[in-house]
Amino acid sequence: MQTRILVFLEQRNGEIKKQSLEPARKGFKLSKELNGEVTGIVFGDNISNIDIVSEHGLEKVIHFKNSKLKNYSSTAYSKLIADFVKENNFNLLLFSHTSMGKDIAPIVSAKLKAGYGADCTSIEIKDGQLVCERPIYAGKALMNFSLSSEVKVLTIRPNTISLTEDGYKVNLNVDVKEVADEKLDLRSVTTEYVKSEGKLDVAEADIIISGGRGMKGPENFYLLEEIAQLLGGAVGASRAVVDAGWRPHSEQVGQTGKTVSPKLYIACGISGAIQHLAGMSSAKCVVAINKDKDAPIFQIADYGIVGDVLEILPALKEELKKYVG
Amino acid sequence: MKIVVALSHVPDTATKIKIAQDRKTIDPAGVSFVINPYDEFAVEEALRTKEKFGGEVIIVTYGNDSAKESIRKALAMGADKGILIKGDLNVDSLTVAEALTSEILQLNPDIIFCGKQSVDYDSSAVGQMLAELLNIPSISTVVKLEIENGKVRAEREVEGGVEIVESSLPIVITAQKGLNEPRYASLKGIMAAKSKPIEEKNFETNMNRLIVNELKLPESKRKSKIVGTDLSAVPELVRLLREEAKVI
Repeated sequence: MQTRILVFLEQRNGEIKKQSLEPARKGFKLSKELNGEVTGIVFGDNISNIDIVSEHGLEKVIHFKNSKLKNYSSTAYSKLIADFVKENNFNLLLFSHTSMGKDIAPIVSAKLKAGYGADCTSIEIKDGQLVCERPIYAGKALMNFSLSSEVKVLTIRPNTISLTEDGYKVNLNVDVKEVADEKLDLRSVTTEYVKSEGKLDVAEADIIISGGRGMKGPENFYLLEEIAQLLGGAVGASRAVVDAGWRPHSEQVGQTGKTVSPKLYIACGISGAIQHLAGMSSAKCVVAINKDKDAPIFQIADYGIVGDVLEILPALKEELKKYVG
Repeated sequence: MKIVVALSHVPDTATKIKIAQDRKTIDPAGVSFVINPYDEFAVEEALRTKEKFGGEVIIVTYGNDSAKESIRKALAMGADKGILIKGDLNVDSLTVAEALTSEILQLNPDIIFCGKQSVDYDSSAVGQMLAELLNIPSISTVVKLEIENGKVRAEREVEGGVEIVESSLPIVITAQKGLNEPRYASLKGIMAAKSKPIEEKNFETNMNRLIVNELKLPESKRKSKIVGTDLSAVPELVRLLREEAKVI
């Protein structure tokens, strides 16, 4: 049976999100290896940057168009996807494991009675079969698995697929399908997106500088904010400082906070409880600054400085200023 | 109002994970199990919903006998009764959702609360699947919930902010930390929970769409290099980040 891959492209404010380009690339690569086909699917009104997907391996995109689809609706999107999959015999569906992707993919999977694998960090072909890997227990273990169902639904962990590798440029063909209002299942609709005070979210940042108890108090977090701003990154926090009310929960990294995979993670005054390590262990490069030379964080760091963060951070800022900002 | 909480019983987050001999499961020796942390927010929200609108809160769990401990804790917080659907450990989210659906469908609830994810398999899927199998909408990762005249308005946490979602009952809500502050069970609650009923049901399935090939522990490929012990190490650290790691 031919492998027919469908990639869900997420848009907000009429713009396709960067995270969707990762499943697009994976879909393209798998379609080549399996001699199959890959198609993108997007919902919304006008999409301003749809051409971008031609840089990431999608030759064909179906755009389901209706102004009521501008904002995310889990009921409307999932129904249109499931019907489209059935009509066109797609058998592999790829999503990014973002807030939207992980909300909708399970619904689609249940509609299609399809096996579901969430948050994959690897999807490869072995002996003609798809073999995937995903972190479980917040990354304390890895599960290597396969799906046995005819239709398979997978979400891909953001920041696990390079968007700069060559060989993904194709000619794009967009098929716009106007959807009649009566075909929309609008039992659930997003009416508004409220951005939090202009700050970059830890889940989306390439660089994260996080603080723990060693920061001594909320008044010292400006040191992290300054460096985050300099590097174009975000501030993260350990559970201890969130529970103490020093920082908002939206910044918490770890098992009951966010799981992040930035290219650089700087842990400041964080000892490295197992729950915290679980949330950031897939960062590409980890730096630890801590007074206690035996802190577990040093074992999973690439580079460490043993010392008082409150002394080291101002010096780090000055040194970084020589090269960035 | 009929309120259901789909609760899961999971290893404590402080657990150090060991892989069992079969290389496909977790070694349960020395692992303590607790209510899934996100499910505590679900139970709390269910109790607050009952306090506002009246009705009953029913805890439904898929798992083995030991899951009764977590059901009992939810009953001690104030839930009215529990249902344990007994079945084998299952890593297939859709099968777990099907097992829950088999009971919840008959209860015909107005609202179902779940945690936004279980901290064991972390799929963040069962709540949404359950809703779909019940043919009702769901809102996931909710940090604020308002219910009025059958209408639902929720704030769900998304990258960089919140989405305001509008829907109506019946619905599945999956709870994120921040939705509320879960109460502690009172002594009276703990005593009362002892006499609250936990019904046992069986769910048998041979459906498993997710085949585990192997579990393994992540290998740390980190250099663990201590660059220095005070301020003087900063220039060298920045040089390594620029030239060796090439991340800035």
